[in-house]
Amino acid sequence: MTRTILRRGASRRSILQQFGAAAVGISIAPALEACSRPGGGRVVNFYNWDTYIGETTLADFQHATSVPVHMSLFATNDELFARLRAGNPGFDVIVPSNEFVTRMSQAQMIQPLDHSKIPNFTANVDPSFQDAAFDPGRRYSMPYTWLTQGIAWNKERVPAGFRPDSWKWLLDSDRFHQRIAVVSESADLIRIAAKYLGHSVNGIPDAMLSQIEQMLIRQKPHIKAFHEDNGQDLLRAGEVDLVMEYNGDIAQLMAEEGGSKFDFAVPNEGSLLNSDTLCIPTGAPHVDDAHAFINFLLDAHTGMGITTTIKYPTPNRAARELMPASYQNNPVIFPPAAVMAKCEYGAFEGDAKARQYEEIFTRISAA
Amino acid sequence: MEQSWRQAKSAFAAIGVPPVVWLLFFFLVPLAVVWAYSFGTNAGPTEIDLTGTFANYGRALQPLYFDIFIKSAIVAGITTLLCLIVGFPVALAIAFAGPKTKTWLLLLIMLPFWTNLLIRTYALIAVLREQGYVNFTIGWFWNNASGLMTAVGLQPLGDFHPMTLLYNNAAVVIGLVYVHLPFMVLPLYSALDRMDRSLMEASLDLGAGHLRTIWSVVVPLAAPGIASGVLITFIPALGAYLTPDLLGGTDSQMIANVIERQFKRANDWPFGAALSFLLMYLTFIAIAIQAVVQRRGEKVGAA
Repeated sequence: MTRTILRRGASRRSILQQFGAAAVGISIAPALEACSRPGGGRVVNFYNWDTYIGETTLADFQHATSVPVHMSLFATNDELFARLRAGNPGFDVIVPSNEFVTRMSQAQMIQPLDHSKIPNFTANVDPSFQDAAFDPGRRYSMPYTWLTQGIAWNKERVPAGFRPDSWKWLLDSDRFHQRIAVVSESADLIRIAAKYLGHSVNGIPDAMLSQIEQMLIRQKPHIKAFHEDNGQDLLRAGEVDLVMEYNGDIAQLMAEEGGSKFDFAVPNEGSLLNSDTLCIPTGAPHVDDAHAFINFLLDAHTGMGITTTIKYPTPNRAARELMPASYQNNPVIFPPAAVMAKCEYGAFEGDAKARQYEEIFTRISAA
Repeated sequence: MEQSWRQAKSAFAAIGVPPVVWLLFFFLVPLAVVWAYSFGTNAGPTEIDLTGTFANYGRALQPLYFDIFIKSAIVAGITTLLCLIVGFPVALAIAFAGPKTKTWLLLLIMLPFWTNLLIRTYALIAVLREQGYVNFTIGWFWNNASGLMTAVGLQPLGDFHPMTLLYNNAAVVIGLVYVHLPFMVLPLYSALDRMDRSLMEASLDLGAGHLRTIWSVVVPLAAPGIASGVLITFIPALGAYLTPDLLGGTDSQMIANVIERQFKRANDWPFGAALSFLLMYLTFIAIAIQAVVQRRGEKVGAA
């Protein structure tokens, strides 16, 4: 029974961890203090998402370098940011997503990387990930995974052959009244709505923001829930038939027993890209070992081990080439190039913008 | 022989200092920091200037947020009322049960606390969802009734459509009542248990019916218990965060959800602090009202 519950919660951003991980985070704090004291021995304190590492990855690193890795878990970027806001409690490697890399580098919460200590970056990482708009020249961050929002649906509950190829079905249509759920992350929701209206996910003008607000208030009666990134659970339980969710989460769901009745597509308008990255926070006590650990994670065979477990798209080309065809050619994990070309990263546009998005979401929820 | 604490100052200090220090450093000091933040301005992603501004409170009192406060108070009020309606007969039954049964009944009331709130809320999702236990049970009866009607030559009932019990405001109230019921039952029980039974006997002997006795004798005598039960149900229900988040639909947001998002996604601690303290001021008002009610109850009792 416990095992089933744990299995069901096994997803990077599942809500069970969102609340549970905070408790874990608190309980490991004293251990971290102990590790971070000078002369406390070599160790890497790794702050990661849940179910986001290979089964033997950490043991393999210790075997190769005799440096143990202590991993603790967070569930959202906001949690990671809030934890490090008042100073680094002793972490050596953290895994923020794209726009948080910008935010944390601006706040000097992460430090520049020494690329000469990470040779696997140039050797293994796909050239399209060797530079990034959210971190020019990859000064602060190394790509770990990427993911994209799309629509997942239950094939048994929609007309045969129906493919939700537009965000319209979630954001601007009463066809699936009370059978849909969308994310509650204000910025993601607003950016995808902008994409639906034909705008970029960034630099949305105020006029369009109020248009989006009106559209979502109009759509709200047809939406069953704003989910906390547990859309795959709602879909699996039959609560909804269509859901906005990340491709990696749906790839995990489809690999489960009975998962073949679900499918996933990135709508034709394009979508929001995300990339989780490896960074070293300012004040990390073991900077050299942190670099060695990041380099190890970017190794082809290590990357293959991680990808086999977590099934997320990997930016590590060498690792991807070692994977079976069922992964490499999976259209859920790697959506068609034509639609991927229309996907964009959400940029960090300042705290004021984040607050504006949050207030819009509060208004939509209160309407 | 009774001793004044003055004669055992060191023993008193040994017992008294740790809780005071604890309260000071882990409760009052952090609270004061958050209170100071509520008069601050965001100076950068991680810096807050304590400028003494009232802008955060001004924003928090705008209609958008004020209405969410009102809505949260209404949800908490409905929850408290339902807890009182359900909890009063339960507390009465426990107070009048035999000593052995009483222990077991009290244990049953407290049993849910042995499980984490999050787990209990997840369990409630499994009970209420469309493919959950409530719908399974009703569906089973429906289909059997339908089969029976076909067997006796009547029209069957048609297909069973599962009821939508989750992701709406009713689900939030159900969840809150479920979670807060023990908070209501326990103070009611302790008030009813201490009650002088001879007053009830007198009422019954003098010709009042059972309902009349409960309404005119038991309820007034239990008033302080009702007031404290209402208070300790209403306050946590007002600040409920997990339940609306997990069981609520698109219009179930309560003020605590808004506060949480200020500290996380919006990264706006001063505004979140102002909202939190408004919630706390409301709590103080509720406590003041309760104190007034209690004092009046004592006066009535003394008269």
